[in-house]
Amino acid sequence: MLRDITLGQYYPADSPVHKLDPRVKLFGALVYIVSLFVFRGIFGFLLATIFLLFLIKICQVPFRFMVKGLKPIVILMVFTAVFNLFLTPGKQVLFHYGILTITMEGVKNAAFMLVRLTYLIVGTSVMTLTTTPNQLTDGLEKALKPLSKVGVPVHAVSMMMSIALRFIPILIEETDIIMKAQMARGADFEEGSLIVRAKNMIPLLVPLFISAFRRADDLAMAMEARCYEGGEGRSKMRPLSYRRMDYGAYLLLFSYLGGIIALRVFL
Amino acid sequence: MSIILNNVSYTYGEGTAYEMQALKNVTLKIDDGEFIGIIGHTGSGKSTLIQHLNGLMKAVSGEIYFNGRDISEEDFDRKELRTRVGLVFQYPEHQLFETTIFNDVCFGPINQGFDKNEAGLRAFEALRMAGVPEKLYYQPPFDLSGGQKRRVAIAGVLAMKPEVLILDEPTAGLDPKGRDEILDLIAGMHRAKGMTIILVSHSMEDVAKYVQRIIVMDDGQVFLDGAPREVFKYYEQLEKIGLKAPEVTYLMHDLKNRGMAVDWDATTVEEAKQSILKLFQ
Ligand SMILES: Nc1ncnc2c1ncn2[C@@H]1O[C@H](COP(=O)(O)OP(=O)(O)OP(=O)(O)O)[C@@H](O)[C@H]1O
Ligand SMILES: [Mg+2]
Repeated sequence: MLRDITLGQYYPADSPVHKLDPRVKLFGALVYIVSLFVFRGIFGFLLATIFLLFLIKICQVPFRFMVKGLKPIVILMVFTAVFNLFLTPGKQVLFHYGILTITMEGVKNAAFMLVRLTYLIVGTSVMTLTTTPNQLTDGLEKALKPLSKVGVPVHAVSMMMSIALRFIPILIEETDIIMKAQMARGADFEEGSLIVRAKNMIPLLVPLFISAFRRADDLAMAMEARCYEGGEGRSKMRPLSYRRMDYGAYLLLFSYLGGIIALRVFL
Repeated sequence: MSIILNNVSYTYGEGTAYEMQALKNVTLKIDDGEFIGIIGHTGSGKSTLIQHLNGLMKAVSGEIYFNGRDISEEDFDRKELRTRVGLVFQYPEHQLFETTIFNDVCFGPINQGFDKNEAGLRAFEALRMAGVPEKLYYQPPFDLSGGQKRRVAIAGVLAMKPEVLILDEPTAGLDPKGRDEILDLIAGMHRAKGMTIILVSHSMEDVAKYVQRIIVMDDGQVFLDGAPREVFKYYEQLEKIGLKAPEVTYLMHDLKNRGMAVDWDATTVEEAKQSILKLFQ
């Protein structure tokens, strides 16, 4: 039931992409997104496609997991495509009926917009599918470390993020169990009007809140018992450090970005 | 009245990277008035199995019949099934939510459609059966001790007057005294009301003392199914799947191997005691 929702959809596998430092992947996702809005023309498009296909090939995640992320934004994509299709002014009119006009430029815009959105989702999926949420927060913490010099509580924020991430599956599981336990007592969470249904949530929400507070309390106690004092002077069990392949990946990323920019400027 | 499972299989997270087959072709028949213990190592599929019995989970393949009717049929009333097969979850005290104990126990009967009076009567009866002291009835359920909370939660299911009562590790996290009290309470219900009872447990000792039939689960399959003394004969195989026969089984086998003519398949301390005493008479 509820447990089917996996957060951060991590897909375990043993690929070079999985092994990369999370900072590389964060930066890579950023570079790829930028490149999608920088490229122009068919050659830029080809380069972005080849790069993405290459990533999909080496990250060993089945293709259907990659495109899963597209499902929720299908409507958005359709709207974007339709607006681009009909509302782009242009010289070469392909179709005209009443207020509806389709121009060659509109077709082009719509097609590129669709490609951009698709690649954006699939590209970022490569990152989230190959990196656990905890690695991501770790990477984020380290990458944003310099900000702590100017008083941003980077460690506290990332700690909060990783605790929250850690608890989401637990709370989902708990919701599932409490829901079933109340259903075993004849509760009904599916039928009735909106108000009835909202009222029916009480037997679910009260125990859930109690348990969330209890868990938070236990965790705080356990952390304190182990002398947790925040970020100052705290070391990591597995400190992030760049390896050869990470530098290689950066090199690849910069060549890709350079290629995209070159194609835009010179063609 | 009976529950029949025919080749029931269940897989968690089908089609994801975390697929996990929790039940594999389970076939079982549970008769009226039986007192059954389900035992198995952590993760062997006990909780998954019992949630199929009252229709909370839907088998991926195979059929489940309640009184001869397939419960997956379109027009089968699964909501009613859930009230006829009462299920007490592990740590049931976590599901308490009402302002008073009494109201909480009324939750089930009111969902069944009874009016306030009838629900109240059922709640009183259930609370008395579960041995909750009367002076606590109008207190909030959150201030009770663990054992008391558990009694209230069990009463919450009893108030629906189920024909079959399933309890998932009702003694988890209780001290020995609380454990014995809960188990005695359950055994008493079986004796007095002739209710069908299915008790999930980790402890062979608990199960051996009370139940008439043991179902041993391993890796999603029924590993052994029979009367306690039949099942404990296989104590060596039980050890292989991470379980143990009750201590007395080992003692009696030891005595027998040393040449004493004891009744080696005694399953409870009491039986063992009688058998040893007999030798000295
Ligand atoms: N909601 C779920 N999602 C995915 N897998 C699950 C889920 N619930 C249980 N499992 C898996 O299914 C298997 C059987 O679990 P189940 O809870 O039935 O075991 P159990 O015998 O009740 O164990 P325990 O004695 O620890 O309560 C386990 O391997 C478990 O990891
Ligand atoms: Mg269990």
